[in-house]
Amino acid sequence: MTALLETRGVWQRFGGLVANSDVSISVGRGEIVGLIGPNGAGKSTLFNLIAGVLPPTQGSIWFDGEDVTRMPAAERCQRGIGRTFQVVKSFETMTVIDNVIVGALVRNTVMREARRKAHEVLEFTGLAARADVLASDLVPAEKRRLEVARALATEPKLLLLDEVLTGLTPTEAQTGVALVRKVRDAGITVLMVEHVMEIVMPLVDRAIVLDLGKVLVEGKPAEVVRDPKVISAYLGDRHAVGA
Amino acid sequence: MDNKFAARRRRDLIIAAVLAGLAALAPLLVKDVYVQNILILTLMYAALSQSWNILSGYCGQISLGHALYFGIGAYTTELLFTKFGVLPWFGMLGGGVIAALIAMGLGYPFFRLRGHYFVIATIVIAEIGLLLFQNWEWAGAAMGITIPIRGDSWLKFQFLRTKLPYFYFALALCCLAWFVTWWLEDSKWGFWWRAVKDNPEAAESLGVVVFNSKMGAAAVSAFLVAIGGAFYAQFLAYIDPESVMGFQFSLLMALPAVLGGIGTLWGPVLGAAILIPMTELTRSYIGGSGRGVDLIVYGTLIVLISLALPQGLVSLLSRTKAKGATR
Repeated sequence: MTALLETRGVWQRFGGLVANSDVSISVGRGEIVGLIGPNGAGKSTLFNLIAGVLPPTQGSIWFDGEDVTRMPAAERCQRGIGRTFQVVKSFETMTVIDNVIVGALVRNTVMREARRKAHEVLEFTGLAARADVLASDLVPAEKRRLEVARALATEPKLLLLDEVLTGLTPTEAQTGVALVRKVRDAGITVLMVEHVMEIVMPLVDRAIVLDLGKVLVEGKPAEVVRDPKVISAYLGDRHAVGA
Repeated sequence: MDNKFAARRRRDLIIAAVLAGLAALAPLLVKDVYVQNILILTLMYAALSQSWNILSGYCGQISLGHALYFGIGAYTTELLFTKFGVLPWFGMLGGGVIAALIAMGLGYPFFRLRGHYFVIATIVIAEIGLLLFQNWEWAGAAMGITIPIRGDSWLKFQFLRTKLPYFYFALALCCLAWFVTWWLEDSKWGFWWRAVKDNPEAAESLGVVVFNSKMGAAAVSAFLVAIGGAFYAQFLAYIDPESVMGFQFSLLMALPAVLGGIGTLWGPVLGAAILIPMTELTRSYIGGSGRGVDLIVYGTLIVLISLALPQGLVSLLSRTKAKGATR
C-alpha cells in the first residue's frame, strides 16, 4: 500500500536561507507521526509546504496518490488535508459553533447538515458546552482545541497538528494527548509538530527528527531519543559524546 | 437540533415584517412633503448601507468607492431611457448587472490588496469613474442628463404630484436588501465571508476559496447599490456626475452601517434611521448660515456615538437582551 503523504526531495529557500533541504518523508495511513527538532529546524516550513501555504522551491509533494505540489491550500483541504496553526487563528468575532461550521461546509453543502456535523465535532472534542461562546472569549487551551475541532469538521484523511500541545499545563496537555489518540482511533492519520519531546514521544508511532532543514533521524520514538545525533542536535556535542 | 438558533432567525424575520408593515402605514400619518422626503432618503440609505454591509461588513473588504456603483445604476438607467427609450425598470436591472460585472472586474486586481491599500484603491477608482463621467460628452458630461417628464406613470416610474410611489419603492428596496442579508447570513456564503474577514489564512485552510468569496460579495453588493442609484435618478429626475457619483455617497453608505453596527443584520437599518434624519435636520435648521455649522454638529454627533458605542448601536440592544436573559 502506498503512503498517504509523501514528500520527495523537497527544498525551500527564502533568499539565502535554506529552510528545507532535500526532505523526503512519508506518512502511512493510520499512523501518528511526530515531526520534531530544535527551534529553526524547518518543521513549520515543511508543514506549510504540506498544507499548501506556499509551493516548495524544488521537489514534489504527493497526497493520496496525487501530486499536490502546486495545489492551493483550499483545494488540499477538499482533498482531505486538515491543519491547525501554531499561533492560533480562530475566527474571533464568530461563536465556537460558527467557527466549526466553516470547516463543516467543505463536505456539507446544506446548512442544517453542516450545523449537525459541527455539533458532533464539538461533542467529540469536548467543546460542546462552549458552542455559543465567542471564540475571542475562550481560554488558550480551548482555542487550541477549537483549532483541532475546526480542522476535524472538514473530515480530513490527514490531520496536521502544529504544536497543539505546546504551552499547555500538564493536565491540559494530557487531555490533548487523549484527544489525539481519539482522532487516530477515528481512522484519521496524524502528523504532528512538537518540540517538547516528553509529551510527544509516548504518543507517536514514529518520529522524524529535522535539524538544520534536513532529516536527521527517523524511527521508533524509543530509538530516536537515544540516538547520539539527536542528543547532540538538542543539547550540543558535549552531551552526545558523554552518552 | 439548535432550536435557539432557528428561533432567533425566525424572530428577526418577524420583527422585520412588523417594522416593514408599520413603515408602510407611515404615509397615512405623514402628509408633510418635506418629512416624506426625509423618510424616502432614510429608507434608501438603509438599503444602500445594508448592501454595502455585505461586502464591507460581512466580508470585511472596506470599500469607500461604492458611489461608483450607485452612479453606474443611475447612469445606465437614464442613458438607456433618454437615448434608447428603454423603460427604467429594465435599465435598473441592466445597471445592476453592469455594476456587478464592474465590481468583479475591479475585484480581480484589487482583492489581492489588503487592509488600507484596498480602501485607498476603492476611493481612487470611484474618483476616476467620476472624472470619466464628467468628461464623457455622450453621457452629458458635467451638465448631466435631464429626464424628460412624461406624466405620472408606474411604467416609466415617474411621479410629479406625489412622492408616495417613491416611498413604497424605497421601502421595498430596503426590505429586499435586508432579506438578502438575512438569507445569506445563514448560508455557505455568509459563513465564508465572515471567515474571510476574521482570518483569510485560516479560512483558506478550511477549504474557503477566499478570492471567490470576495468576488461573490462584491457582485451582490454592487448589484443592490446600483438598483438604489437607478431609483435615486428617477427620484431626482435629473442627474449629473457629482449628484449621483460624488464621494459623499460612499460615505453615506458606510456611515450608517458603521454607526449601527458593522457586519450585523440590523446595524445599517438602525444607523440609517438615526443618521439620515439627523443629516437632513441639521442641514435644514442650522445649515443656512453658510458656515458649515451643520457639518460641525453632525460630525460631533457621529464622534460622540462612536466613542460611546464602538461596536455600533446594535450593541445597545444585545446588551439589554443579555441582561434580560440572566434574570
